[in-house]
Amino acid sequence: MAAMIASVGAVSGNKVTVFLSMNALRHFTRSAGAPPPAEGPFGKLLQDKKAPGFRQLFHNAVELGDAKLHPCSMAVDVLGVGPDDLEPWLGEPLGLTKFLSDADGGQVWSF
Amino acid sequence: MSERTVIDARGSFCPGPLMELIARLKYGAVGEEFEVLSSDKGSANDIPEWLKKVGHQHIETREEAGVWHIALKKMK
Repeated sequence: MAAMIASVGAVSGNKVTVFLSMNALRHFTRSAGAPPPAEGPFGKLLQDKKAPGFRQLFHNAVELGDAKLHPCSMAVDVLGVGPDDLEPWLGEPLGLTKFLSDADGGQVWSF
Repeated sequence: MSERTVIDARGSFCPGPLMELIARLKYGAVGEEFEVLSSDKGSANDIPEWLKKVGHQHIETREEAGVWHIALKKMK
């Protein structure tokens, strides 16, 4: 759902910034390979119907709507990945404090 | 009527058809007309709404045998 809101929001003229952290981050490494497993029964339905996956939608948000996806610097460290291991269309890693400071006054949604 | 560039997004679910349209619009010329084919009813409602919001012209939407044809003109 986060990817759908980010992509449609970004292509509709909204400034969209996404903070990627915890379990999400490993799906944005170059070695992630196969599509992530479906999330729950509804995720399985979406996959069966070939609905666009979240990685594709986040990529659309960046490519078509100038969204910025910033990996969480803490999660980057814990995962043990370097800048070259991450998808090249991601923004630079940010700390949570910097992200919240940048997002101050905006609408923040957490997924 | 100008010849329209057809974007065949049948079989794609929301927001796939919209994303396919935007990717193609990026490289289109101002004044160029497009026709999106979508089997997803939600997209048939959403695409005209998006066109209104960003300022492109929605020409018409019609449904033929379960496929929505959304015609539009790139305005900027």
